[in-house]
Parts: sequence; structure tokens; C-alpha cells
Amino acid sequence: MNKADSPKVKRESKNKIRVDFERTPLLDRLRARFLNAYTFKKVLWYLFRFLLLLGVSYIILFPFFSKIAASFMSVSDFSDVTVLLIPKHPTLSTYKAIITENGYFSAMANTFLLSFVCAVLQTFVCCMIGYGFAKFKFKGSKILFFIVIFTMVVPHPTLKLSLFMKFRYFDVGLPGFGIMKFLGTIGLTSNTSLNLLNTNWPLWLLSATGLAYKNGLFIFLMRQFFKGIPDELEESAYLDGSGVFRTFLSIIIPLSVTMMITVFMFAFCWQWTDTFYSSLFYTTSKNHLLPTIIKTPASLTEATSQANGGLYSSAITNTCGLLIIFPLVILYLFGQKYIVQGIERSGITG
Amino acid sequence: MNAEIKKAPKVKAPAPPKKRKKIASLDKKKARSGWLFVLPFIIGFLFIYLPVIFNSIRFSFNEISIKTGGGYSLQFVGFKNYSDAFMVDTQFRTVLTDGLKQLITDVPAIVLFSMFIAIILNQKILGRAAFRAIFFIPVILTTGLIGQIDTNNALLDVMKNSSIDTGAETGGVQNGIIRITDLEGVLNSMMIGSQVVPVVVGIVNSIFDIVNRCGVQMLIFLAGLQSISPAIYESCQIDGASGWETFWKVTFPMISPIILVNVVYTIIDAFTSSSNKVMTYIATVYDKSNNGNVLSSAMSWFYFLVVIVIIAAAAGIVSSVVFYQRRD
Repeated sequence: MNKADSPKVKRESKNKIRVDFERTPLLDRLRARFLNAYTFKKVLWYLFRFLLLLGVSYIILFPFFSKIAASFMSVSDFSDVTVLLIPKHPTLSTYKAIITENGYFSAMANTFLLSFVCAVLQTFVCCMIGYGFAKFKFKGSKILFFIVIFTMVVPHPTLKLSLFMKFRYFDVGLPGFGIMKFLGTIGLTSNTSLNLLNTNWPLWLLSATGLAYKNGLFIFLMRQFFKGIPDELEESAYLDGSGVFRTFLSIIIPLSVTMMITVFMFAFCWQWTDTFYSSLFYTTSKNHLLPTIIKTPASLTEATSQANGGLYSSAITNTCGLLIIFPLVILYLFGQKYIVQGIERSGITG
Repeated sequence: MNAEIKKAPKVKAPAPPKKRKKIASLDKKKARSGWLFVLPFIIGFLFIYLPVIFNSIRFSFNEISIKTGGGYSLQFVGFKNYSDAFMVDTQFRTVLTDGLKQLITDVPAIVLFSMFIAIILNQKILGRAAFRAIFFIPVILTTGLIGQIDTNNALLDVMKNSSIDTGAETGGVQNGIIRITDLEGVLNSMMIGSQVVPVVVGIVNSIFDIVNRCGVQMLIFLAGLQSISPAIYESCQIDGASGWETFWKVTFPMISPIILVNVVYTIIDAFTSSSNKVMTYIATVYDKSNNGNVLSSAMSWFYFLVVIVIIAAAAGIVSSVVFYQRRD
């Protein structure tokens, strides 16, 4: 028995021997390797994860599918019970009517000007403020950072009326005494305050001072990111004779490009689809922004009054929504990897 | 020789104080430039935010009337707006309690769901990049305008119901993915209280809403998961810890500070989002004619106070389980 189990040793040449082991057959080896509880558990967990992700992805994407499908349907498709996702009479008339009659391109240009300037300002300003909080110790920095968090907690809808009043009667200075009022009372200007409504100035001013939508979050993210950058990097720059601002511009900013792209995308997209500020600061139709294109085009109003027209008008609204987010989808396709990277590198540890 | 030796210490002697002086001035310079970096925010805070906050509080204690020539006049009425919000307005109280109840069920659901998904997205899986891209779509696209369109979307309701439940066309109105009766059997056989059933059903049926609101939290969790050193996991594996043990002994404590951040963020986000019932109600009050705008200021300040209390309570509860790793 012992002899049979022990490996056979063959002498092939003077300096070479060959050992033949009794190997278990391939099938048995594979079975031992894969048909056990450990592998089974692993595969099951993998499948579970995959299916879960697939299911949730479906939940996220389904509204977009159905909206896209509905946007190509003609009126008769909505009253047809057999039509669900694939239109029987595909048409582009909904798109055409919205683009030509609702002034899609002019609205997009206006919104682009507003959102782009806002996003650039917010990115740069939040970057600066975050850097200031992360790398410099000065008196009151903790209190100021607390105030930043406070601005994030107080929602702007709470301040709706006073924000409106602030920019309707805009003045720089203390309550009751401001520069414009001073100039107005001594007769240099005709008004005692500026009316900034229906211009882009309210949002630009809010962006330039780090007070716009969710800027507290951006400042927080930036601060966490800069805290992860080693101080030695800047110290070596200081030793080489570079000033604080030059260090910031030529060393810190190139390092934080991914984070800045992340913040830029958030700022741009959130400003692009915003309705709160655009309804608050733009009271006339002179400034034609994207939210104003959500309406039924004149040539399609007849169709919406037919049977099942409610569904059709809802489809028109959704098509408007699709047209509005279309530029964002393209932006997202290019920028999505930066979002994940930027946040992953931020090193948030609470 | 002698002269040289004498000279050398003379040159060296004044050097140290000079150096120290320079360091001090550099620190001062740095502190000053720190102020310069934060300056935009300080200016904005002093000249825009502070007056706005001040005015908002002031308006909530006043009655306002717009003059025809321009400008507005205020009349101090004390706590009248606040008492009106509770006594005269019939709906505010119910909307407020409903909104707070909603908050209490939504926040744990969102935080747990985003944590779970972030953990899964952090593991190696087929098509991870694609899944990540899909999961962050709602952060970018389904906010503001699109969210507003979706809150009352007849089209989506029709499509959803007829695609998920085939019996819907004949079986009448069927909203949502599961019904209470589906779940009751399962939960009752598990001896779980019947009060939980509607809550769970509510959460499952609003899964779309929850997924949409998870984006930022998921990103923050992912960032936190990435910051855990792989060496810890490796040593766990060597010691023979199972995945379940590793999660509870390593992953969970390490991301517990982030849970705190996310709980606070979710409450703030839920509180400030435009889809919030209380916020929508306050917005409709704002548009009412007779002093609705000051009334809405009062309402939102009261709501703000309530939410601050909730945030403080939640942060207090969560921070008792938070674990901070010592890093030295």
C-alpha cells in the first residue's frame, strides 16, 4: 500500500530525475474546487448584487425610456390600448412644435449664459473659500465655517420674500443705510435702490459670494479635498519663493481639476434645471429661460383637447423636459467619470 | 585670521532673531491671505445674506404692503403671523405633521439604501463603471425642473402600471410595485407587527423617489469607503473573518462618521427639496393675496426651527455610535 502511494521516481539521466505522482482526475479536482459551499455562496452573492444593481438601474432608467418613447408618439397612439412603449405612428411633430413655437434655442442660449457664468463663478469661488478654510488658520475661521454650514441648512425658500425684496430694492450697505441710498439722497442717482430683477445679476452675485444653491456643500467638499493635499507641497513652493496666490494658482488648482469639474457639473446642472430662482428673479417673459418653454405649443392644443388628450399633453410636458436635459445628458456622458473620481479623491472622513 | 574669527559670530548672532521674525511674519501673512481667500464669502455674508436673514425674520413679525410708487411699508404685528399659521390656517398643522412623519421614514430608508448601494458599487462587479454612471444620473438630471415634472406625471403612472402589473388594464387602479396584501402575509408569518407593513410598503413603492434622492449620499459613502485602507481588509482575510464579520467590525465603524454626515445631509436635503410637502404648501401660501408672503415667512421659520431640533436630535443619536479612528 505504501509502495503504491509513494511517488515513482525515474532516473532519466545522470543529473535529472522524474517524479510521477498519482494525480486525482481532472473532474474530481474541478468538483472539489468549484462545487463547495464557499464558491456557491460567492456566486450567489455575485448574482444577487448584479440583479439588484440591474433592477435599480431599471427603476432609474425606465422613466427616461418611457418619456423618450412617448415623445415620438402621435396623438392616435395614446388612445390605442395596444401601444405601450413602441409607437405605431412615430412622429417628430412634438419636437418640431416645441422647438419652433416655444423658442427652445433662445431659451437655451439665455440659460446657458446664466448657468455657465454661475457655474464658473461658483467653482472658482468655492475652490478659493474651501482652500482658505482648509489650509489657513486665522481668527474666526471656525465660526466662519460654521456660518457656511448654516447657510447650507437654511433653505432659500425660507428666505424667498426677503431675497425677492433684496434684489428688487438692491443696495449695498447696512439696513437702512446703503451706498445707493446715499447717492440717491444727495442727488447723484435718480433712484435710491437698484432693481436687479429680470437680470442675471442676482444669481451672479449669489454665485460670486458662495451663497447660491448648495454652495455650502461645494465649499465643504472642496475643504475636505484640500485637507487631503499634503502641506509639504505648498511649503516647498513657499521655500522656492512663490507667494500664497501664486502657489494656489499654479500648484493647487492644477491638482484639483477633477474636483473642480465635479463641482462645476453639479453647479451647472443644478442651475440649468432650477425652477426656484428662475421663478423668483425673473418675473417677466423678457428673459426667456428654459422653464418657460414647458407649455403646450399652439399648433398642438387642438390635439390635447381630444380623447386621451390629457395623456398627450403630459407627454408634451415630458418631451419639453427631455429637450431641456438633452445638453446635460451630453455633458454627463463626458463628465461622469470625473464626478466619481473627484468625490472619491476628496477623502471625506466626516 | 583673528579678525575673521571675530567677524563670523558677529554675522551669525543677529541671524536667529531675524529668522524668527520672518517666520512670524509669514504666519501673519498666511493668516491674512486666509482672510483674503474667504473674503468673497465674508462680503456676501455681510452684505447679502445677513440683511436677507434679518429681513426675513423681520417680515415674519410684520404685515407688508407694497406702495404704488415703489418701496414697501411694514407694520409690526408681533406674533400674529405665527399664531395665524396655527390657528387660522387649517391645513398647516396637518401638513407639518405629515411632512415630519414622512421625514422620519424617509431618512433611514435613504441613508441605508445609499450605504448598501455604495458598498455594492465599491466591490468588483461586471459593468461597474456603467452601473456607477447610471446610479449618478438622478443627481444631475432628476433635480429641479424634471423632479417637478415627475411629481405629477400622468404619463409615467400609466406606463409604470401597465408594464409592471399586467392585470392593471382590467384590474382597475393599481399604483405602485407591491400591494399591502402582498406583504402582509410575509411579514405576519415572520411575526412582525402589522404597523410596520404600511411603512414598508410605502418605502418600496416610493423606491423611485428614494433612489432619486440617494445620489449625493451615495457619492459621499463611496468616498468614505475608498478611504478605508485595504490593509485592514487584508488582515481580516488572513485572520479568517467572513464578509459579514468584516462588514460589522471594519466597514461599519469606519464609515460611521459618514453616516452621521449623511443623516444630517439627508434631513437638510429632504427639508429643502422642492418636492417636500411642507415646502410646496408654504410656496402656495406665499402666492396667496392677503399677506400670504409674510405668513409663509413665519411658517418657514417655524418649520426651520422644528427641523433644526430634529437635526440636533438625529445627530445626537447617531454620534453616540460613531467611531473615530485615531490617526497617528
